[in-house]
Formats: sequence, C-alpha cells, structure tokens
Amino acid sequence: MGRHAAEHQPGAVAVRDGTGRDVLGLLLRGTGQILVTLGVVVLLFAVYEVWVTNIFAEQKQAKVHRVLEQQWKQGTDLLSLPPEQLQTHAGDGIANLYIPRLGPDYSYSIVEGSTVPTDAELTKGPAHYARTQLPGEAGNFALAGHRVGKGEPFLNLDKLKPGDPVIVETASTWFVYCVLGVPDATPCDPTVAGGSLRAADPNGVTGQEVVQPTKSSVVWPVPDVEGPTDPLTTSYLTMTTCTPKFSATQRLIVHAVLDPAYPQGIAKQRSSSGYSAATPPEIAKLYTLVEGKNAPKRTAA
Amino acid sequence: MYGWIWRHLPGPLVMRIVEVLILVAAVSALLLFVIFPWAAPHLPIDNVTVPGGNQ
Repeated sequence: MGRHAAEHQPGAVAVRDGTGRDVLGLLLRGTGQILVTLGVVVLLFAVYEVWVTNIFAEQKQAKVHRVLEQQWKQGTDLLSLPPEQLQTHAGDGIANLYIPRLGPDYSYSIVEGSTVPTDAELTKGPAHYARTQLPGEAGNFALAGHRVGKGEPFLNLDKLKPGDPVIVETASTWFVYCVLGVPDATPCDPTVAGGSLRAADPNGVTGQEVVQPTKSSVVWPVPDVEGPTDPLTTSYLTMTTCTPKFSATQRLIVHAVLDPAYPQGIAKQRSSSGYSAATPPEIAKLYTLVEGKNAPKRTAA
Repeated sequence: MYGWIWRHLPGPLVMRIVEVLILVAAVSALLLFVIFPWAAPHLPIDNVTVPGGNQ
C-alpha cells in the first residue's frame, strides 16, 4: 500500500527521493531475509544431521539385522565364504556387536565394508574394513562407525574403559574382546585396578588413541606395528570413528584384544535345528561385571 | 522476497496461511530428503574412517 501511495505523490522530486529510498530499503530487506533464510537452513541441516539421518539409518540397520538373523537360522554364514566372495557382500550383515558399557540394549549388526567403508555401508551400521581380519582371527578385526547421526553406533566410544568387554557374535561363536589397558593376560575386567587406556600391551598397542585421519596403521594386523607380522599371534579388534563430535579433524581409535579366557571364543550350542540363539552364561556374566546388569535383551526370533 | 510471495498468494487470509504452511513444508522436505542427503557426503563433517589397506 505504501508504495502505491508514493507513486501517486505529485512532484518529480518527491517521487525520485521516494524511489531511491525504496530501492535501498528493498536491498536491505532482501539481504536481511536471505541471511535469516540461510540461518534457518543451517539450523535445519543440524536437525537433519543429528536426528533425521538416525531415522533412516535405524531402518536400514533393522533390515540388516533381520536378514542376518534369517541367514543364521537357515545355516548361511557369510563369514565362512572365501575372502573374494565375502567382498561381493559389502553392505550385508556379518556379525552382531554388543558393548555392555554402552548399555544392556546396545546391539548393532556389523556390515561387511569396502577396503575403506563407504558412506552407504556406514549408514547401515558399523562396517568392517574389508582387508582386515575376521572375528576371532589372529590379526585385527577393524570396524568403522558413525559418531553423530546416521545411526551413531560409536557415539559414546570414548566412554569405554580399560578391560571393558566388546562382544562380537557370529553365526557359530561369541567372541569376547577386552579394551586394552589392563595388565596383560587379564580377562575382561574393568574393575582391575591400575588400568589405563594409555598403557601399552607387549606389542605397544594402547586401549585408546586419537590420531590424524590419514593414519592407516591403526587397522594394521598388529595396530601401529610395521614389519613382518607373520605369523600373527594376537587377535585384536579396532574401532574407528571421528572426534571430536560433529567434526572430522581427527579419529578416535579404540583397540581391544581377544579375551585370553576364551581364546577360541564361546561356541554356540548346536542342535539339529542349528545354532542356539541364547545368550551363554559367560556373556551374561560380563554384563553383570560392567554394570551389575543382566544379559542383553535380545529379541527372541 | 517474502513480501512479494505473500502478495502473490491467492485467496483470503486463511487460505494464504494454509498456502504458506504448504510452501514451508515443501521447501523443508526438499531440503531434508533431497538436498541435504546429496550435500552431506561432500561436507567434511562425518568421516569416520582411516585409509584401510593392510600394510
């Protein structure tokens, strides 16, 4: 309305002045609106990153988990395939991951990844670095996982303490890894005194490290140890994620070693109908050890 | 910009409010489901891997 009134004002000078102010005002208003709009878009992006991506990722993870349970029931185990065939299954579930420290409900199906797990694989769940070893094998079973958003399996990876159990369930076996930092050859027990994430095992591997994103040595068969590693004797598990949260400037690395109490893992009970899906008492005990809580709530098939 | 849009929306006030809500929802959906999923992998915010080859 204001502009129409100005246009109808008599007198050339008044009209010219009014137009000049109008243009300036329009420019300022337009710039302000664009800036405010950009701010709102950035806020929306933050909501997307920390919340919306989780919804999509949880759906994908649930599907991976469903397919994996089904395969196990049918007696299919992708991990028993030769390496070159396993690689064609990038993005498919291969094992389940449980970390008692992160809660009795903490459970993710691990997907097979590429040499460097891709975004598509990581959105489904923690992904296995294709060229690293498999669960229970001597060498390094290395996983990458998102920190914030996209399912955020490794959101609280920094909360792990020395001696904390990290449990990997395959079709036939439960493997228990212990976060490094308690005196060597001690079974998983975060209550052992004198533990430190900075303490090195005989190979010089520590429980936790924060490294540059280019440091590939953390997923080597013996983490950070170069040179002849054959024959491999120690079974490590390595988890990588970004740090600090919301940033990709560095990588948070957690190393664990196969529990010396179960060097072959804990074999699942086998019957004519296949492997038992029940949680063995040894695993339940680990949960009690960490938080005094009961075994993971696993949904009965 | 917003003034221009508001002036060009047809219908009475109630209709215009509804139209505005639809526009906001449409733009949000476009951002959340098309633009952000495309843009996010290009931003250096959630890289969690290290180069993964064996030595």
